[in-house]
Amino acid sequence: MQENIFRINETEYILPGNRSCQGCGLSLAYRFILKALRENTIVAIPPSCLCVLHGLYPVCSVIVPAINITFAGNAASASGIVAALKALNRPDITVLALTGDGGTYDMGIQSLSGAAERNTDFIFACYDNEAYMNTGTQRSGATPMGALTTTTPILTKQEKKKDLIKIMEAHDIPYLATVSPAYPADLYDKFVKAKRIKGTRYIHIDTPCPPGWGYPAKDTVRIGKLAVETGVFPLFEIEDGKFRFTGRSETLAKKGKRQPVVSYVERQSRFKKMSIEQLNRFQHHVDSRWDEFVRRAES
Amino acid sequence: MSDVRIITGNEAASLAVKLVKPHVIAAYPITPQTSLSEKLSTYVESGELRAEYVRVEGEHSALTVCISASTVGARVFTATSANGLLYMHEQIHWAAGSRLPIVMCCVNRGVGAPWSIFNDQQDSFSQRDAGWIQMYCRNNQEIIDTIIQAYRIAESVYIPVMVCYDGFVLSHTMMPVEIPEESTVREYLPPYKPHTEISPEHPRTVNPVFFPWRRENAEGVLCDGYMEMRYKLQAALLDSAPVIERASDEFARLFGRDHGGMIWEYLTEDADILLTGMGSIAAETTVAVDALRKEGIKAGAVGIRVFRPFPISEVRNAFARAKMIVVFEKCVSYGFTGGMSTDLKSALYGSEVKAPVHNYISGIGGRDVKARELSEAVASSIEMMERGDRDNKTFWLNCHTG
Repeated sequence: MQENIFRINETEYILPGNRSCQGCGLSLAYRFILKALRENTIVAIPPSCLCVLHGLYPVCSVIVPAINITFAGNAASASGIVAALKALNRPDITVLALTGDGGTYDMGIQSLSGAAERNTDFIFACYDNEAYMNTGTQRSGATPMGALTTTTPILTKQEKKKDLIKIMEAHDIPYLATVSPAYPADLYDKFVKAKRIKGTRYIHIDTPCPPGWGYPAKDTVRIGKLAVETGVFPLFEIEDGKFRFTGRSETLAKKGKRQPVVSYVERQSRFKKMSIEQLNRFQHHVDSRWDEFVRRAES
Repeated sequence: MSDVRIITGNEAASLAVKLVKPHVIAAYPITPQTSLSEKLSTYVESGELRAEYVRVEGEHSALTVCISASTVGARVFTATSANGLLYMHEQIHWAAGSRLPIVMCCVNRGVGAPWSIFNDQQDSFSQRDAGWIQMYCRNNQEIIDTIIQAYRIAESVYIPVMVCYDGFVLSHTMMPVEIPEESTVREYLPPYKPHTEISPEHPRTVNPVFFPWRRENAEGVLCDGYMEMRYKLQAALLDSAPVIERASDEFARLFGRDHGGMIWEYLTEDADILLTGMGSIAAETTVAVDALRKEGIKAGAVGIRVFRPFPISEVRNAFARAKMIVVFEKCVSYGFTGGMSTDLKSALYGSEVKAPVHNYISGIGGRDVKARELSEAVASSIEMMERGDRDNKTFWLNCHTG
């Protein structure tokens, strides 16, 4: 199913004047996530940019109910909401745990893994801006090799990004997808689909971040698109184990005209110290991952 | 006719939970709590108890599940011990700060390192300053009754309640317990009506970031800052003592059993020497009191049933006539003295009570505590006092070093 952009739910659930940064990839993604899930949704929020976006007491910029909880507990928080709604007989409500990469890759992975193993009936969406952005761009398990952060300020990050999508797929959950706010119709479609599926649904959001990645705020969509065009962040879904490219990545897989990763890397100051060797390794990693996905899509 | 059964403390706790009918239970097994979470699983799977049981992957998640379920409007239960409780520590604060009526059993056990599965009260003592009500049980009857009371208290004052009882000493020891009638429990504890609930019909963001100062909302109403919110937790805790007393009195009226409110007393009327403690060791002091009385020593016992809020006025009254106070306790404020005695001395400071407080740290990590040892310790403290040594002192009872 492909949603026409003109048929997307017109209701706004995030009010203007929220506290996200200019050009925030998360706020763009969140706007379309809530449009897809609609008002019968409860959101679990760990400390993160999302917590800031929601606002500082007593002002709130989002009109769906939300529970703030601690870093390591977001998926458990969602599990508690799901259990309570079941006990209180509210099957109509969708539970969304929307979590940054710190709360997903690092502190939150134990409760996420536990919830996925129990096949808890909720959507866990990781908005991956590839560092601890809310505290000012420190390295996380999601930071790619060669990126400058304030805790890898001279040598850049030396290790590869943790492959969380593989980890989540190993949990054998019914639905897993990647989305980008640069492709809102694709994002919207996948959340509409996820809402209809029972069990743990995991959606990974590539979340460009102007201050953290070092590009002009106006370029968020451009950077998001380059991540897809280069194959750094392919758009796909895995439903009951079946892999399928979607949207622009589906076209790229058919025509095979990906751009080199350098065209993505060169636009972001976080990669300004990336060595040629690191760039080559990055390109090689993207290529081999892409080829693996193409093989899976064809099989 | 009420039903009397010979059961363990953990089974008593599980029956109490079954009677209060929580909507959501989340727990992770840890010795000596395990048989409690197992029993609850059995009730849920057999259909005897209609609740959502979330088998979480750890204690941090167990309390997180309860916190969020409670926020949505469910009555919840969890239980843990020792390092499980410490693993929850972040959420212990979160539950109190969120003002949620969560009830949790802490089956007291010594904390690592080094590992010990046996009993002391260092685990719950170390959570003293997180903003929970803490109640300590003397026996298995008190466990079942206190859990039922705990829900009534928590849901009256919107503060979480930790019901503490000694691991193995009570959790695994069988005693006769009168099981309350379900209809009387319903009368005492009506179905839960949350004072706030979040749902799409009542959308709100719970526990967002607060400023230190007060701030106007969109309607121009001046709202609390972080400090005001925290002050209100402190005020609510300090004000909860009469609520706890009332819950206890009402329980006694309906069920015919009175375990005391904030404190309980044993042979205190004419007593010069008062023994005190929390939990099963406090029950043991009553046996020591009997032995001391036989030797002509006018001893009595005062049990601290509620450790937080600390029963300040109650202990000032109870110890008013005392010539000497002897505290037996299974926890230490490391670098200072026994955990409870620090609080007791602080509560007595500036009052009429001038008696020396002797503090015996005992039973750490499951070291056996015999009533005879308690009475001998009291006798030696009396000797010291009679020699003119009126200092407050701390001893480690039955601890053989160097």
